[in-house]
Formats: sequence, structure tokens, C-alpha cells
Amino acid sequence: MRLAKKLTLVGYLTALVAGAAVTSAQARDLTIVSWGGNYQDAQKKIYFEPFAKKTGKPVLDESWDGGIGVIAAKIKAGVPNWDVVQVESEELALGCADGYYEKLDWSKLGGKDAYLPAAVSDCGVGAIVWTTALSYDANRLKEAPQSWADFWDTKKFPGKRGFRRGPKYALEFALMADGVPPVDVYKVLSTPEGIDRAFKKLDELKPNIVWWESGAQPLQLLASGEVVMTTAYNGRISGINKTEGKNFKVVWPGSLYAIDSWVIMKGSPNKDAAMDFIAFANVPENQVKLPEYIAYGLPNKAAAAAVPANLQKDLPTAPENLTGAVPLDADFWIDNIEELNKRFNAWLAK
Amino acid sequence: MKAAILRERSGALLLVSPVLVFMAVFFLWPLWAMVTAAFVDDAVSKVLPRTAASIVSWDGQGIPSGAAHKALVQDLTAATDEQALGEAVRRLNSAASGFRTLLGRTIPAVKAASDPAQVDLLTVDPRWKDTRFWVALKEAMPPYTDRNILAAVDMKRDGSGSIVLEGADASAHRLIMLRTLLVAAMVTIACAAIGLPYAMLAASLTGWKRSVLLLAVVLPLWTSLLVRTAAWFILLQNEGLINRALQAIGLIDSPLPLIFNRLGVVIAMTHVLLPFMVLPIYSVILGIPRNLMSAAQSMGAGPVRAFWRVLLPLSLPGLLSGSLLVFMVAIGYYITPALLGGANDQMISSVIAFYATGTANWGLAGALGLILLVVTTVLYTIYGRFSTSSQVPGA
Amino acid sequence: MRPFIQFESVSKAFGSLTVVNSLDLAIEKGEFISLLGPSGSGKTTILMMLAGFERPTQGAIYLDGKRIDHLPPYRRQMGVVFQNYALFPHMSVAENVAFPLEMQRVPRAEITERVERALDMVKLKQLKDRRPSQLSGGQQQRIALTRALVFEPSVILMDEPLGALDKQLREHMQLEIRDLHKRLGLTIVFVTHDQAEALTMSDRIAVFNAGRIEQIDDPEVIYDTPRTRFVAEFIGETNLIEAKVASVDNQVARLSLGAGLSARAHAGNGLSAGQTASFSLRPERIRLGAAPGGSNALDMTITDCIYHGDHMRVQLTRDEFSLVARCERLAGNWAVGAPVVASFDPSDCTVLTQ
Repeated sequence: MRLAKKLTLVGYLTALVAGAAVTSAQARDLTIVSWGGNYQDAQKKIYFEPFAKKTGKPVLDESWDGGIGVIAAKIKAGVPNWDVVQVESEELALGCADGYYEKLDWSKLGGKDAYLPAAVSDCGVGAIVWTTALSYDANRLKEAPQSWADFWDTKKFPGKRGFRRGPKYALEFALMADGVPPVDVYKVLSTPEGIDRAFKKLDELKPNIVWWESGAQPLQLLASGEVVMTTAYNGRISGINKTEGKNFKVVWPGSLYAIDSWVIMKGSPNKDAAMDFIAFANVPENQVKLPEYIAYGLPNKAAAAAVPANLQKDLPTAPENLTGAVPLDADFWIDNIEELNKRFNAWLAK
Repeated sequence: MKAAILRERSGALLLVSPVLVFMAVFFLWPLWAMVTAAFVDDAVSKVLPRTAASIVSWDGQGIPSGAAHKALVQDLTAATDEQALGEAVRRLNSAASGFRTLLGRTIPAVKAASDPAQVDLLTVDPRWKDTRFWVALKEAMPPYTDRNILAAVDMKRDGSGSIVLEGADASAHRLIMLRTLLVAAMVTIACAAIGLPYAMLAASLTGWKRSVLLLAVVLPLWTSLLVRTAAWFILLQNEGLINRALQAIGLIDSPLPLIFNRLGVVIAMTHVLLPFMVLPIYSVILGIPRNLMSAAQSMGAGPVRAFWRVLLPLSLPGLLSGSLLVFMVAIGYYITPALLGGANDQMISSVIAFYATGTANWGLAGALGLILLVVTTVLYTIYGRFSTSSQVPGA
Repeated sequence: MRPFIQFESVSKAFGSLTVVNSLDLAIEKGEFISLLGPSGSGKTTILMMLAGFERPTQGAIYLDGKRIDHLPPYRRQMGVVFQNYALFPHMSVAENVAFPLEMQRVPRAEITERVERALDMVKLKQLKDRRPSQLSGGQQQRIALTRALVFEPSVILMDEPLGALDKQLREHMQLEIRDLHKRLGLTIVFVTHDQAEALTMSDRIAVFNAGRIEQIDDPEVIYDTPRTRFVAEFIGETNLIEAKVASVDNQVARLSLGAGLSARAHAGNGLSAGQTASFSLRPERIRLGAAPGGSNALDMTITDCIYHGDHMRVQLTRDEFSLVARCERLAGNWAVGAPVVASFDPSDCTVLTQ
């Protein structure tokens, strides 16, 4: 009897102590979360490590795959275990509206005028400009594809096509392939007829599509010859050209570019350090180092201007690359992603 | 006397209490959370109580009267909890696409107005003339809802409140669910076909040969799922090892389609899940007395008949529990189908993940999870019946 | 004409370990032969070679004139009863018994009939739908036996079939098996390490030691005139007497036992004066008290007396020479320390060859 009580007590005490040990780790170091891969490796070199050295405090970094649900779950759980997160534009808009992020102190960031207008928000500041574009292996294709119409043209360019699984990007590109001018894509897509039109255009290509999910996949698909063309993230393309000597090309007209931003999780215990870090990452001298590692555009105007010309040509922000490119409409997607994803799955299953 | 018994009972209860607490925290609580997420629907009514009271009387035709507009404006003016409001918005947008930007425009306008009573919603955004948004608002008011569970099986309530099927173009949850079960079944069968002879072979060997066989099947468990999937990607692709080898020896002219289809998914999942089949069968076979096979032979049963009549039936409990394990685990897979499958190999977990992490629609994610749980429970019950009838008493 | 079963110079080695060493053994049809020996003596290996689960390393085995050592077990038509019965746990009693018949492709209707009849014989018909795990040890044992008998094999092989039963049940089953053997005229090869069991049941006993037959004879002969020290010690209890042969006269040897004692013993052949030899004298052959004419009489002292219920074991000593006697409960009052005359017939003291 007594023994039973004692044993139980000991058990619970152990659990309590263990629990306390775990929770005491809440007085944790600044935790920064980004997209992983070679992008995060670059960030580590030019932002995380120098910042840690400057402040004399360690910086933890983690990676994630996106999703407002992840942010929401962390906020709901109480004190979040992330401080600074790099988010896509939809997550920025959603989380900002729902109060998941701290408001930024723009005076520390050099004022809103120092940035591209699209990179400025109450809750976030743009970190990179990146593009999803038609990509191909120039060593395999004799004739270079020019447009989404070429992407759809399986007679002229026989072979499979890589496409990110999901309605985002697929519908926009389908409309452009169907002759909608880039600037009108979202106007057309905002009507039920426009959505039908996009799906109908996708129907044509469906048997030839290989769907990919993670950013590294399209490179592998291109490299192995599994597909002749694919949608891909531009940073990955120039990255693999540099590291593996590939001759992958990006077709800029008709590409969709978007801005990823730094945000601070609401209730972060390291709020001040987080703000300091974001400021550090937006100092032009620091930011300008990024294109050496990965071909993403810089939302800080001063930094963007300082990028050497040889690197400039691969960036989504280069003027010649911007012609015919469309900014991703985050508002459209936060309104419609659920319904269109449901429909997209149904369409895939047909 | 009674007190002593009572004390003894409570002592026993105390000793098992960690187990009960564990069950409650790691089993009952998540289940309960899933159920409430699927059925409780108070996100909107909590934030918009006046609108809730006012819109009840609206018949769903056209748009509600000015009173409802006024109530909504009042509610939005009074709403200060950003996160609660955000949840309400998300709930509404999930019912009617566009609600988010509609409120995104309305809320600042209402808050900025010097006299909220003067705000006219229709001038703030003409979309307020659209019945669809008001219907979504009205339907979001009852505290409990069946819309998630209906949506999980491709159904919804129409304007009159009766349950109807969604169009085949609109939703494919049922199909994906069925496909998930089908892929899981295929993987289970493949695992059984390979695992049973494999386990029998391993059990019949001794010493290092047995160790090597068991290690070979368990080793993959020590590497991450992603690595194993990537390895299969390299093996199966058009210019992968298998196709290259087959072409080199002249068996085929053009690469076999081994990847981005169900075959690739089944191959990789079978490999990953094989240990869950082999190990239970192996341990059951080890428990079969060796002299049973000798006995069968002494009575005139050749190796084949001894296998069919004695070894196989006695291995069946292992085969059944292995199959159950593999099936249950396979149902939850989505990384492997996502990376190695084609358009029609996506499994239900990826849909659940989309709602849970992608759009924070935990209601629908919970409902899909519940459906999956129910299907699995039904299958498990069938299995239970089947396995007790064929089970060896005392064995 | 060969005997029904014949082992001809059969050896079996596992690696470098020789388990059976050049065995010759003949078994007649209808015979109940026990292979008796301690564990590791090779008896089970011999049974397994006969059943076909082991192949001889050397030599040949014949059954009914045909060589069988190359045949797989399922072609040998032998009923085997295993140590732990080896009943199929997933089949009912009736299915277990029907199994060998199905394997012989006996027609369905006949199977049912023969299973009924066989179960009737062991009085277990009422249990036919039970699973083996629902039966007692004795019932399982009888089912195993029935299953081995039902297809009318030419030989029944039993590997320590009663080892797992308690004493009473074991004795009961011994009689039952003996009875079946007599009634059905079966040929039974019975492996056991229990000498009492072997003595009770067998027509003949082969005593094994280290892969060889020490002695093969009727139970009475084995018991009364063990030929070797091993047999004498393994079967029953005995007094082993090391003695010097003083003289041999007409098959009777005069022994000098030490401590000034002497006795006469049945000499057999090959015993000569002056040599030292071992003799076996069963304790129950020693009488205490008056010695009838013609028997040996030794003056000894009772040094211990142990009560065993139905009998007493009495320790007799004279200087360094001692004997154990087994008597009825003492008629007289033989107290410890009392002098006593121990007597035995010369024919009960048998010489051991090694």
C-alpha cells in the first residue's frame, strides 16, 4: 500500500523534473527558421553566423516547408519556440491579418522607402525575390522553348513536363499558355470561366505531366532526362549550374515572382534580438552578399543596386528578367487556395 | 474490512495511474481534439454575436435586411482580438472563397469610420450584394456543424439544408480515400508475398546466415524515410540503375515506366514496410515447435503438403498481425507517394496535411482524420473476428 | 532372410562428434524393443535415423528386407510418437487423427469411420472436436498415440513419449501401450531413459552407452545378469564388488572379499584364479539372519537402516567392506550396531566383464 503510493509519487516526481528540465529550455537562444537547403546554408554564412558573432550570443536555425497551419499551431501552443521565420507572401498576409506576427519597427530597417513597395508590410520585410519559371536543360534541347505555349507544345518538344503539384502556378501558367497576356492572368483567373479555362488547358497537357513536390525534384527530373522542361525555382537552377556544371536555362517571360519575408512570431521571448537580426539581415552590405551564393533578387533597393552585373543577370529583379514576368497574387491565393486545391485534386483524380 | 479492500483498490489504481494518464494525454486527448475540431464551429459566432442573433431570421434569399448589416458592423467594430477574428475569417473563407479579402477590406473601413453606424457595407465592397457570403455567414453561426464531416466524404448541404453530393469536379476525398486503401492493400499483399517466404527462410537458418537476413530487413529502419525514398528514386527513374541494367543486357529497348506511377509507390513502400511484415511472422514461426513438421512428414506429408497443412496455417497469426501493421502504417504514408507517385497516387494523408499545415483548416483535417480512423477501426474489427476464429488457442 | 528391421554397421557423426558407432541391431516383427540409455547415449539418434529425420553417416538400415536409409520420412510408413506429442495445435482432435489418413489419400468416408474407430479404442471419442490445448497431458498423449496408429504403419516409433506425464499417469499409460501392443501385434521401438519403464514394457531392452549397445536382452536377463558394470549400475540398484578370485571350480569361483570375508559366486567363462574382477549383487538378493544351506553367509554389522515405506535399506559393514541390503520391514529388531549374518546365493552374484 504505502509502497504503491511511494512508487507512484516517485514516478510523477521524475516526470515533473523531466518536464521542468524540458520547459526550462524555454529560456532559449534566438531561433531563426528558413527554407533549408543551400539557401539556408548561404543565409547561415552571411547572416546567422556573423550576427551571432556580433552579438556574442548563439543563434539556432531550423528549417520548415511552409504552411500557415504550422504558424497557427505554434501560436496556439502558447509561447512559440520560433522567433524569426521566413515566410511566403500568403503566410505573411494571413498571419499578419490574424495577429500571428509582431509588428516590425521600421525605423530600425532604414525606413519603408528603402525597399521595393511589395516588400513592405506591417509584419514583415522582404528578404528575397524569387521566381518560378519554365526551365530546361540546354544541352538536351536543340531549340530553346520561349513561352508557356512551347511548354504545352508536345509535338515540337516531345517528352514529359515537370509541374509542381497543386493549383498555384499551374493555373496561371495554363492561362498564359492559352494566350492570356501575363498582366491579365489574375483578372481572368478571378472569374469562374477563367478557372474552367485554366483547367481545360491543363487537361491538354495532363498525360505528359510529372508532378513534383519539393524544390530539389525538378532539378533531378531535368538532370535525369525524365522531363524535357519543368517549372522550377530560379535560385535552384543557377545553383545547380554553378555546383554541378549543368546548362539549365530559365525562360523569364511568363515567370511568376514572389517575395519571401522575415517575420517575428507573436509573443516571441526574443523579440528584441529578433528585430535586431532582421535589421542586420537588411543592411545592404550584408544583403548584397546573397546573390554570390544563390540567384535571388534583393528587395532592399540599395543592396539590389550594388549587385555586380555578372550576378545581376540571373536575378529575378534584373529589369530584362522582369519584362513579361508576373508578380504572384497572394490575395487571390489566400482567398481561393482551399477550393481550388480541392478542385485540383478532383481534377487530378479524373 | 471494507476499508481495507477499498484501500487496496485505490492503491492498485494509484499504481496504474501513470498508464491512465499516459492514455489520456497521448490517446484520448488528441482524439477528443480531433472530434471537437471537426464538429465544434463557434469561431464565427463568438466574434460576431450580434450578427448571429440578427441573421437567424433571414430566409437565405437575396441579402438580409439592414439590421443584420448594422449588427455585423457593430460586431466588427467591437472585435479587438485579432487572432479570434482571424479564425472567424478563415472559417468564413473556407465556406466562401473571397471572404478573406472581403473582410480584409471591410474591417479597416469599419474601424476607420468616425461613426460606424453610418457605414454602408455595400459601398465598402459591392461583394456584400452577393448572397453567397451572407449564406456562408448564416451557416457559420450554429455552434456545431456537420459540414466538415460531410466535406470529408464529398458531400455538403445545399441551400435548403438537405445533404447532397458535391460534383465530381469539385472534390475527390472519397476517391483519394479509396485509393489510399487500395494502395495500402497492394503494399500489404506485396509485403506478405515477400515477407512470408523471407521470414520462413530466416527462421529455418541458423547462425550468421540468419543474422544477415534479419539485419538486411531491419537495416532500412535505421535510415530516414526520405533517404530510402530518394534511393528508390535513383534506382527506378528512366535513367536509373534498373532501367540501365535492363537496357544494357538487351531485355528492353526503352525504359520501363517504374516511377511516377503506382508501381514505383508500391515498390518503395513495400521495401520500407517489409520489416513490419517479416518480424511478426518470424517470431511466430520461431514459436512453432520444430517437431510438428517432423510429425507431419512421418505421417506421409511431403514437404509441400506439410507446408500447406501445418507450417502455413500456424504462421497465419504472424501473417495477420504483420498485414495489419503494414496496412495501418501504409494508410498514413504520403512522402513516398508524393515523391515516387504519379498524379493519381496521392494519398489521403497528404490531403490532411494540406488542410492542417497548409491552410490551418483543422476542422476538415480532423474530419478526414476521423473518417480514416473509422475506416481503420472497421477493418481492425473485421481482422479481430478473422484472427480469433483462426487463432490457435493457447498458442 | 533379413530381420524385419536391421541396422547394419550404422554410424552417425555430427561433425567430429560420433554419436552412433558402428551399430548392428536386429528387431523382429511384433517385437516391443526399448532403447534405454542416459541422454547423449545415441538412442534418440538411432530412432531418428529409423524414422528418416537423420541420415546415417555410414552403414545401412533395412525394413522388411528393403533398404530405407535413403528414403525421406514421408515414404517410410512409420508411426512416430514424439516427446511432446507434436499434436497440431490448429486442428481438432479428429483432424489430428485424420491427418495421416488424408496424407495416404484414404477416401473421405473411410477416414471418418477409421478416426471414429481409433478414438473409440482409446475412449476419447467425446473429445474429438476439442483442440489439443484443451486436453490434459494424458489425453494428448493418447491422441498422439492414436494418430501414430491410425494409418496402420508397419512400425511405431516412440521417443520418450511418457516423459512429460506425472508418475501415476505414466504408469497407467505404460500398461495401456503394452496392452495395445499385445492386442494389435505392433512392432514398437521405444526410446526411454527410464529403466523401470523399459523393464515394465519391453520384450527386449537394448542398453546404450556412448553410441554403443552395452547389452541387449530380455528384461529379466538384463536385470538379473547384467553383463557390464554400466548396465548393472544403470538398471536398478546394485552392490558392485571388487574381489580377488581365489579359485575357480566347476563354474563356481571362490572370492576373497577383503576384511577376511570370502564368498562363492557364479563364475561364467573366462575367469581364472588370481585375477581381480567386478561382481554385481542386487540388494534385494541379500537376506539378513539365518542362511539356508548352500548360500554364502557373511558376518557383518548393521551401520545404518533407512526406512522406505514398503522396504528398508540396510547398510552392512565389516571393516572396509560394505554392502547394501534391501529387506522387507524387519521382522526382528535389527538395531544399528547389531551384528548380523548376511547371506546370498552364489548364482545371484554375477561377474561383470568390464
